[in-house]
Amino acid sequence: MSNKLLEINNLRTSFRIGDKYYAAVDDVSLTVNKNEVLGIVGESGSGKSALAFSIMGLHTKARVEGNIFYKDQDIANIAPAKLNKLRGDDIAMIFQDPLTALNPLMKIGDQIAETLILHKPEMSQKQRKDRVIELINLVRIPRAEYVYEQFPHELSGGMRQRIVIAIAIANQPDLLIADEPTTALDVTIQAQVLDLIRELKDDLNSGVILITHDLGVVAEMADRVAVMYAGQIVEIADVHTLFENPLHPYTRSLLNSVPAEGQDKLHVIQGVVPSLQKLPRNGCRFAARIPWVDESAHEENPELHEVEPGHFVRCTCYSHFYFPDESKEAQVHGNS
Amino acid sequence: MWKFIVRRILITIPQIILLSVLIFLLAQAMPGDALSGLVDPNVSLEQKNALREKLGLNDPWYQKYGEWASGLVQGDLGQSFRFKMPVADLLEQRLINTFWLSLATLIITYIIAIPLGILSGRYNDSILDSSITGYTYLGFATPLFIFALVMLWVFGYQLQWFPTSGSVTPGLEPGTLEYVLSKARHLLLPAISMALIQTVSTVQYLRSEIVDTKQREFIITARAKGASESRVYNRHILRNSLLPIAAFFGYEITFLIGGTVFVEMIFGFPGMGQLFIESINLRDYSVVNAVVLIFGIAAILGALLSDIILSLVDPRIRIK
Repeated sequence: MSNKLLEINNLRTSFRIGDKYYAAVDDVSLTVNKNEVLGIVGESGSGKSALAFSIMGLHTKARVEGNIFYKDQDIANIAPAKLNKLRGDDIAMIFQDPLTALNPLMKIGDQIAETLILHKPEMSQKQRKDRVIELINLVRIPRAEYVYEQFPHELSGGMRQRIVIAIAIANQPDLLIADEPTTALDVTIQAQVLDLIRELKDDLNSGVILITHDLGVVAEMADRVAVMYAGQIVEIADVHTLFENPLHPYTRSLLNSVPAEGQDKLHVIQGVVPSLQKLPRNGCRFAARIPWVDESAHEENPELHEVEPGHFVRCTCYSHFYFPDESKEAQVHGNS
Repeated sequence: MWKFIVRRILITIPQIILLSVLIFLLAQAMPGDALSGLVDPNVSLEQKNALREKLGLNDPWYQKYGEWASGLVQGDLGQSFRFKMPVADLLEQRLINTFWLSLATLIITYIIAIPLGILSGRYNDSILDSSITGYTYLGFATPLFIFALVMLWVFGYQLQWFPTSGSVTPGLEPGTLEYVLSKARHLLLPAISMALIQTVSTVQYLRSEIVDTKQREFIITARAKGASESRVYNRHILRNSLLPIAAFFGYEITFLIGGTVFVEMIFGFPGMGQLFIESINLRDYSVVNAVVLIFGIAAILGALLSDIILSLVDPRIRIK
């Protein structure tokens, strides 16, 4: 138990559209342990970022239900003052778009220093500046003193993403949430940024939630993986199990969509993630995108089943799922 | 940054020259000249033509412009036909009056705009915001000259809180405290009237800047650092939202010019705007030219001021 850093129970985050609330994160439960990277994958709109924002308490107009235990303290609907003590100190977040995540009118150094001012007010100005320089060096940006005085528009995207990381790790957080930290970067920079996150995790012994839609990143970085679809976790397992024995149709479709050598045609998952308003709340949410699977294969109220220790799959349809052959797929496509 | 400012200042020189050429050509295009109507009807056409030749009125325009412009540079704006005095002397007092009126208006404009804009933007879509936005719509819809008349009638004639015309009570010695207070009292009502109408665009602008900045991602970064709401507002949202307002400051001068023309007429305030209208009515073209030139230069300098302010407060504009 002492190894457990974060425990989320039945989290439901809903947004108001018109005069009704729609859940973007629907009944999500998961845990993150110390020194562990939990990967969360799913396509756009599956609720990954909404989940991360819920943990950070960054939703300003959403209804958050359920529990988020951080070291035995429920932070789901905690008082803002208490939350602000944790944010940036114990729990920190790396944002996906480095181009907009920094204040354009503040010097780089001041933006990093701000989080120190907020959580370590006892530091002298000199100590703070030294620490900021140290952090800029830590994220491997050369000429730290010079960069300290620069403004965000003077830095490249990759450098800005490192500054965002420097801000997140300034107070050595126990839990680091990285929301698609490499999406906006080119491939060579991606690898460097991922290395950086991994090193920091090893140094600080922190837990990391890594949100991404890049399965390659997950395979490389994560210890355990949760696959999200339409606001729910559809499969969760350790990374080897997930890649070697994926069970849920969605996971299998995702893995099948990754280009492999000798393959001349990519698998495409039909359709798109339904919008919040159109999403059916009963039955298997993925059913609409695998219409060739018989309806009786789905559960009425799909639940997570533990198929082997630590490997959970939602809905019974996984045992009946198969990929349609080419001709059949075309036919299904024609009918829809 | 200094490079940018110097370059920006240098650009204003051709702007002002072009402005003076335009004004001069427009004045030339107006029918008639100084001899057309004012000279004794007994003077014959031949004598008039001889006089025109002698005064240089038949010279080509660029020659006349050269003379006019060289006069301008030496501070000679010509003679007012109506007031029989040098235009420069005539303008001096008017310019000072209009300057104080504009300054008072600007100050009141921002005293109203900044708190209203901040409240409206921070608590957007609340009842408070709706009432402030309602006021701005009213302000946009109300013509200044109607509003100024209503203000004059209510506060000048009905309640008699303010004097109804002039810029100072006659008979006071310049330099005394009473003189200054009397000037301020005369300024206040026209300045408030103008500010109440002019401020609405700044309120709206500030409101939408704040609403916009609130949704920017670096605000989320600031919250994720653990910054309290008040810190997020004061350190991040406000500074970024006030920036365009600061830049707008210089352009505000252009709007003020339009405003003073109306307000000075209605409040009988002896400033540039009133002089402008009077001179047009009296066909006192050398005065009209001078006033338009000064208004034009004020607008150009306002734009210059805006750019300089912006380059000082926005690091993205500075050129290395």
